[in-house]
Amino acid sequence: MAETAPASVAPARSSGPHLEARRVSVAYGSRRALDAIDFEVRAGEVVGLLGPNGAGKSTLVRALSGVIPLAGGEVRVLGQELGTLLRRELARRVAVVPQEPRFDFSFSALEIVLMGRHPHLGGLAFESDRDVALARNALARCGALHLAGRPIDQLSSGERQRIVFARALAQETPILLLDEPASFLDLRFQVELFDRVRELAEEGSAVVAVLHDLNLAAEYCDRVVLLQAGRVFAAGPTAEVLTFQNLTAVYETEIYVDVNDITGGLVVTPLSSRARRRLQESRQTEAASQAPVDETRAAGPPSGLRAP
Amino acid sequence: MSAARLESLEPAKPLEPATGQPHAHASLAVRVIFVTVGLASLLVVAVALALSFGAADVGFWQRIFGGIWSDAQRSILFALRLPRVLAAAAIGGLLGVAGVAFQALLRNPLADPYVLGVSGGASLGGVLALVAGVSGLGVPVAAFGGALVSLIAIERIATSGGQLTVFTLLLTGAIFNAFSAALIYFLQSVASREELSAIVFYLMGRVPSPGLLTLIALWAAGFAITLALFVSARDFNALTAGEEGAQQLGVDVERLKRRTFVIGSLATAIAVSTAGLIGFVGLVVPHVLRRLLGPDHRLLVPAAFFGGAIFLVLADLAARTLAAPTELPVGVVTALLGGPFFLLLLRRRGIRAGG
Repeated sequence: MAETAPASVAPARSSGPHLEARRVSVAYGSRRALDAIDFEVRAGEVVGLLGPNGAGKSTLVRALSGVIPLAGGEVRVLGQELGTLLRRELARRVAVVPQEPRFDFSFSALEIVLMGRHPHLGGLAFESDRDVALARNALARCGALHLAGRPIDQLSSGERQRIVFARALAQETPILLLDEPASFLDLRFQVELFDRVRELAEEGSAVVAVLHDLNLAAEYCDRVVLLQAGRVFAAGPTAEVLTFQNLTAVYETEIYVDVNDITGGLVVTPLSSRARRRLQESRQTEAASQAPVDETRAAGPPSGLRAP
Repeated sequence: MSAARLESLEPAKPLEPATGQPHAHASLAVRVIFVTVGLASLLVVAVALALSFGAADVGFWQRIFGGIWSDAQRSILFALRLPRVLAAAAIGGLLGVAGVAFQALLRNPLADPYVLGVSGGASLGGVLALVAGVSGLGVPVAAFGGALVSLIAIERIATSGGQLTVFTLLLTGAIFNAFSAALIYFLQSVASREELSAIVFYLMGRVPSPGLLTLIALWAAGFAITLALFVSARDFNALTAGEEGAQQLGVDVERLKRRTFVIGSLATAIAVSTAGLIGFVGLVVPHVLRRLLGPDHRLLVPAAFFGGAIFLVLADLAARTLAAPTELPVGVVTALLGGPFFLLLLRRRGIRAGG
């Protein structure tokens, strides 16, 4: 009874964005968590949602997945207004990897991944062999096939994160929303997970990823949206948005952006107080040996680091 | 970091579809049928056992093996014992599925059918009927009325902005139960001695020997409710990802919560209004089954009906025979058997969310 959802759900129109937020506002009580967010993701794109704690990143993911009401604006999914879609229809278009997945009963990892097939199955239908094959394939793509039979509550946080990512893969949706999908993963699995994300984008998915790790964002996102206090502070191609000025303003700590000599990718480094002390000491010795440095120069980034 | 090192980070995992791999999960439908038929057969055995023992010897097995019944034996068996055993099965089944439903709804393996307040309304209705001097079928009818009134009231109170909040539902249920209990204590304090003993017996829970129509109604309700919950079984599975998680998997959570509350409450209302407050069935049975069968609700829902039925048939058998010719209230037996058993289970395996 499995329906051929993925093919039928993705429309032939390649022109319009897969996911579109227009003037989206969300309020928690009287507090405005999101204020008139404009945002779109096209097929083949990985878009990063960045910003400090409380900026509204997870709220935006919740709004885009239709689990919280909008105070204003609209979300369009494959061109259709989100509110007009049934939950099932929506879940065949949008898969979510939540920040803190819940598991109240101890299902096996495979059973959790099979839940991704839920929106594709009829009310009383059981998962077919094809569904099981899809789920196992999704587990394999996350390097977690060996965990298939293990109870989910006996897995580590990182293993659970991979299982939930596999569940989203098994959901076979054209749109993927990832909320901190790699926060518990070690470096190898971070790289592998985001390599999978890029593969999905190349296969035509539209991906939105909330990220704390700006280096992952720099490496894997085509575009990023920098949120601050519920508003879009900056948005655009990753290299244009990830600048000393933008990041330092939004995160309220000095953040330097450099180019890695080996990979050629951007490296984002927040300035620790130790590094700040080192910097000041080297400046003082510099100042002692040379002419006094003017105030604006001293506050800026040291030479050698790329900054505006 | 060299280029060679980067190379080694390429995926080493197989990307080919693992097609057609035989796996136990694909045969879930087979397991559901197997478990259901197996437990139904066990229920038949339990019923036979319950028919063969009692305060009076009816020679059940002699008859099976070619003996002849006297009229007295026949009438005890068919007019008293059989209806009671079948009623116990249906009521136990209703409590079992109500337990599974509320545990799924509240995402808590320690929920039971009485936790959401409908039982309070039912017992209050029954006690009111007893105090008013109603007897016979009037008592369960009044209890069912009380349950329905409280069901509607609780649903209204726990709904705000079109949403049923599980936390509010739980609190409302607890308050309803406490309030009903207070009113029942009040009624007991003003009741006559005969009324008082009737009330106490009613509240302790006992399985009736109902007429044919009541029996048919009980079983029809049992099957209908089990089927209705079975339809939601995969939604219950998804609900273990939390309400938002379930929505993101395509579940209409608001509808599911409302539906489950109403169906589970109806099951509870029917059980309590016919048999009083029989504890532990709706808690222990789903819990034990979850340990045996795993957390998939497609297995648990039908298994809880037959498991609850078996449990209450055997508990009622114990109630009838342990202190024969005196009869113990079955609610006391289920608590006496269920309580220690449950504690043993928790101590042996440790408390796990998985049950």
